[in-house]
Amino acid sequence: MKIRRREFLKGVAAGTLLLAAEQNPAQAKRARKDLPPKAVGILYDSTLCVGCKVCEHACKQANNKAAEHSIPSEPLWDDPRDLSDKTLNIIKRYGVEGQKDSVEGFAFIKRHCMHCIDPACVSACPVSALLKDPENGVVTYNKKACIGCRYCQVACPYNIPKFEWDSPFPEIVKCQLCSHLLAKGGISACCAACPTGASLFGPVEKLRLEAKRRLGMEPGKYYDFPVADIESTEVQQHRAGGYVKHVYGERELGGSQVLYLAGVPFANLGLPDLPEDSYVALADGIQYAIYKGMVYPIVVLGGLIYIIRNREEKKE
Amino acid sequence: MQEREALGGKVLTVPFKVCAAIALIGLFFIGKRFIFGIGSVSNMNDGYPWGIWIAYDVVVGTALACAGYSIALIIYVFNKGEYSPLLKPALMTSMFGYTLAGVSVIFDIGRYWQAYNIFLPWLSNLHSVMFEVALCIGTYILVLWMEFAPVMLDKFKADQLKARLNRIIFVFIALGILLPTMHQSSLGTMMLMAGHKLSPLWWSGFLPLLFLITAVVIGYAAVIFESLVAAIAFKRPMEMHLLSKISALMPWLLGLYLVVRIEDVNLRGYLPLAFEGGLLGNLFLLENLLFLGALLILAYPNNRHSPQLLFIASCAMLLGGSMYRFNTYIVGFDPGTGWRYFPSVPEMFITFGIIAAEVMAYLWFVKTLPVLPKLTKAQHT
Repeated sequence: MKIRRREFLKGVAAGTLLLAAEQNPAQAKRARKDLPPKAVGILYDSTLCVGCKVCEHACKQANNKAAEHSIPSEPLWDDPRDLSDKTLNIIKRYGVEGQKDSVEGFAFIKRHCMHCIDPACVSACPVSALLKDPENGVVTYNKKACIGCRYCQVACPYNIPKFEWDSPFPEIVKCQLCSHLLAKGGISACCAACPTGASLFGPVEKLRLEAKRRLGMEPGKYYDFPVADIESTEVQQHRAGGYVKHVYGERELGGSQVLYLAGVPFANLGLPDLPEDSYVALADGIQYAIYKGMVYPIVVLGGLIYIIRNREEKKE
Repeated sequence: MQEREALGGKVLTVPFKVCAAIALIGLFFIGKRFIFGIGSVSNMNDGYPWGIWIAYDVVVGTALACAGYSIALIIYVFNKGEYSPLLKPALMTSMFGYTLAGVSVIFDIGRYWQAYNIFLPWLSNLHSVMFEVALCIGTYILVLWMEFAPVMLDKFKADQLKARLNRIIFVFIALGILLPTMHQSSLGTMMLMAGHKLSPLWWSGFLPLLFLITAVVIGYAAVIFESLVAAIAFKRPMEMHLLSKISALMPWLLGLYLVVRIEDVNLRGYLPLAFEGGLLGNLFLLENLLFLGALLILAYPNNRHSPQLLFIASCAMLLGGSMYRFNTYIVGFDPGTGWRYFPSVPEMFITFGIIAAEVMAYLWFVKTLPVLPKLTKAQHT
């Protein structure tokens, strides 16, 4: 059977149109992902944080990172300005100039990897150097695989992965939820060190319930708050803060294993308003529609080989 | 069979030496980068992890190097053999453009000594757009050299080898059309993931389609531009009959692009951003006005026979398409939290060095290898 070039091209054109129709970008999203079965994470409650930065110090010790001196003339203590290749966890303060009371809104926020349920960095990485543990959902980094392309940095909606710009042999640096401590049955260093329970470690399901419980509290009344690990028995009594009625990280971009509660709007704390569908789901969906099992590319290649070969033979 | 000739003449001309000097400066900074790290020569930072080495050398550079792809597309898929004289020079610039984009990637990636990990099946991430782009571009560089190899084999009179290569060359020609279609659209898909960090004037579900169209538009514009410049520089007759025919295609492509581009932004409700008078809005307008200008020039058949107007239109398309791509990767990208990026002087010199190396390679090849079509006696005036 001989397929004529014109017919083949018509077929290709029709196929492309079909593909384009199927691929209406708005509908190309793939389904959302579920929380891994034994997902662990952190619930950070801004209303409990006193800004002591013990968690920063504990993080540096646990992960063997050097101190940073942002003011070179005063190299007395570690004073990072933001997350960096030496700082995997940071406490930042939001405040309005001249306002000192918390009603007008000054608040602390702790920033580190969110351990997304559908992590952009994991999907972006060409060489599987960033992986999400199928059991506990921690997003880890493997320097032996990494080629240093930095697509993870472009892809991360929270700007978390950092790069060692000043090293000839650089690595990507990010919070891995102290996976080396988890492996020994421990918890992440920042939560273990937190004196007020503002950083609370535990299974994500339990942390979500705890967050809901706090949102239902009456501001000003005393309640029990677990400290360090939600599964430990240690509790402290605190006055409940006036919470913004939203658990940040529960649904943002498909959800994350790090959750935030705060008394001021999250946008003030540098946490952007984000849609519930991740950009990964969209990019994956489009990529998948085109490259589903490499069927389209192989068919097109076959067709191209066929018409080019015919043409070359005719020439001879 | 198209007869071809080497131009001959002195290779070490003044322009060649100027390029060599720029390339040497670039080489110096590349050395510095390998000893002291990327931060020692570049202004890239954790907010802007990609600078001009990716946005220009790879994303714009490979589009400028789509000349070979665009011409192969028209010759083989649309069966227009009359464009064959344009093929080899186009393939050659594509070969240089892609090869040097590949070289830039090696000094841009941090852990270059592990670059081969891309090819290890147990590490490959089939979900990663970057994986597909890297693999496609890597393979395409090889394909381009194979497609161009017959020209070199001619020079060394390796007829047997050439005959053997010619028997399988259709596979490379086919790959040479498939692979750019894949990775040029994927270069657009890549920035989908940037999500809210990319201005809504550029972020769109249509990124893959718009990147594919700009690759083809820039590819044809580069053919027209190179052909006209080479004609003037080497005092050869202009290939106006072919160029004006090719440019008849452009209004359609440009029209398709502009409709998708504007209507997409409009449907998402962000068109007012374009008229707010800010940098991003103005760049958006400029990009599209350049394309519109080229469309208006080339829509009139008479204009397509004027070398001057063709040259202006090709420049408008090169600039408009390059700006679209550059803005998608750098200017329209804002990670928030106060990060800023403007390339440093050493960083720019590395890119200038790459461009200089490309010009040098072009001059050397056309003078020593049979690349350009052979002229008849009458044409030698």
